[in-house]
Amino acid sequence: MNAIAPTALAPERLQVAGDFPILARPVRKRRLVYLDNGATTQKPDAVIEAERGFYRESNANIHRGVHWLSQHATDLYEAARRTVQGFINAAAADEIVFTRGTTEAINLVANSWGRAQLVAGDEILITTLEHHSNIVPWQLLCEATGAVLKVAPVTDAGELELDAFDALLGPRTRMVAIAHVSNALGTVNPVATLIERAHAVGALVLVDGAQAVAHQRVDVQALGCDFYAFSGHKLYGPTGTGVLYGRAELLAAMPPWQGGGDMIRTVSFERSTYAEPPQRFEAGTPNIAGTIGLAAAIDYVQAIGLDRIAAYEHGLLDKATAAVGDIPGLRVIGTAADKAAILSFVVDGIHPHDLGTILDMEGVAIRAGHHCAMPLMKRFGIPGTARASLAMYNDEADIATLVEAIHKAQDMFGTRRPR
Amino acid sequence: MSDMDGNLRELYQEVIFDHNRQPRNFHAMDDADRVADGNNPLCGDELTVYLRIADGVVTDASFVGHGCAISTASASLMTEAVKGKPVEEVEALFRDFHALLTDTPPKRDFGKLEVLTGVREFPARVKCATLAWHTLHNALVGDHKPARTE
Repeated sequence: MNAIAPTALAPERLQVAGDFPILARPVRKRRLVYLDNGATTQKPDAVIEAERGFYRESNANIHRGVHWLSQHATDLYEAARRTVQGFINAAAADEIVFTRGTTEAINLVANSWGRAQLVAGDEILITTLEHHSNIVPWQLLCEATGAVLKVAPVTDAGELELDAFDALLGPRTRMVAIAHVSNALGTVNPVATLIERAHAVGALVLVDGAQAVAHQRVDVQALGCDFYAFSGHKLYGPTGTGVLYGRAELLAAMPPWQGGGDMIRTVSFERSTYAEPPQRFEAGTPNIAGTIGLAAAIDYVQAIGLDRIAAYEHGLLDKATAAVGDIPGLRVIGTAADKAAILSFVVDGIHPHDLGTILDMEGVAIRAGHHCAMPLMKRFGIPGTARASLAMYNDEADIATLVEAIHKAQDMFGTRRPR
Repeated sequence: MSDMDGNLRELYQEVIFDHNRQPRNFHAMDDADRVADGNNPLCGDELTVYLRIADGVVTDASFVGHGCAISTASASLMTEAVKGKPVEEVEALFRDFHALLTDTPPKRDFGKLEVLTGVREFPARVKCATLAWHTLHNALVGDHKPARTE
């Protein structure tokens, strides 16, 4: 068995698992080994209590501040916006638009910026490793405007082919939409370089940061991106929360994409005028409690420190890759030099779903399938992978259990081979 | 052996492994009378079912495709089970088999198909076991939309 030697510990143990109550519950009478963090992370007490506390102490609708409680709720909500601003180092709090998640953030840009700006023949450049949520909104936009979707390929290691990316950039490229970190492979794209090259041809850049923000420090000004989208629930925050960062002058020029309360300045039956960003893009009562929870999640990870989290997770990913990659008959999919938190693999003779079921019986939660990245699976000629995705509360014991469970699956299928 | 291990062994019986490793009637059929596709896009499972029908009897059945062990074994066992049966009986078997996995099991002899009852303890995997059968049903009724069970 590939026990991980205690001498090979990560640089620093974070000792945070105790902050996450769900990790103490058994699943299928086993210790829960939660390795599906790429789908959603578990929530610390700080987040659970922040949402609960909001409903117990502060609940009212926001931006209708005639009474004390409404003003109080509004203050908390706007403080959350400043928390997000600080978290990604946006220049101003008004550059932070709250959404339901990454998907809605990308759809917002495609619908508002895209439909106002694009004409037939304009080009949108994405990559083969995008999640469906960074493909389909652009396809819909292309259908509506006659714009053309271009796709930059990836290598066998799952790294973007930079020469091909450059060759696809041109005078008609208006938008480059790229994942910061691939959800299916863990590849970290060289986004700063890609942004520089896109800007050189006058294109804007949207970065899908769904799989990045929980695993490394993100500074939107240092990156120089035009839009940055992420979800709260992959960042230890509540589901149904998300963020679109947009540079102020871009947001100011964008039309509303959903109409309703809170996004208007004046309404008459002849003509309505719209609020300034970010309210222009936040029609209707938002997920107030969730947003308060998101701010609590950000406070929580910042107290631990993104650099510490990144260092710890890199160490753990290296160990996991070594231990899992060492299993005969197992092939790691996605071997980029720069990776974060995600280990995708296929096992000879065992379909990912069978593997997922057997691992589940050992208390090990992984994702099996195409990870909402069907074009990428096609690129690798596989129907899907098994994916273990790490978070800061995972440890060497989790990896050891994962390895044992894979061995068990191979024993059951009669495919285990000696090393 | 814990209950968990017991459930898992119920799901993955030797017959399942056998039919997964060496699926029966696993080939395309050039002279098929009926063909239908099935796919579960979330899983990535895809298969095609071929039937020859003469005088209201399924005289031959085969399939091609790829999927998990449960889906492959179910398709393989299905082709064996339906060969030589009148179309009405095959349709009745489809309904009964579906009930066997998802509802009150009907009182009848399912033969080798009994090995698939292990999915009852794994609701997320029922769709794997039933995909081939819904595809078979579509082939029989001439529905050209790909069958889906998720």
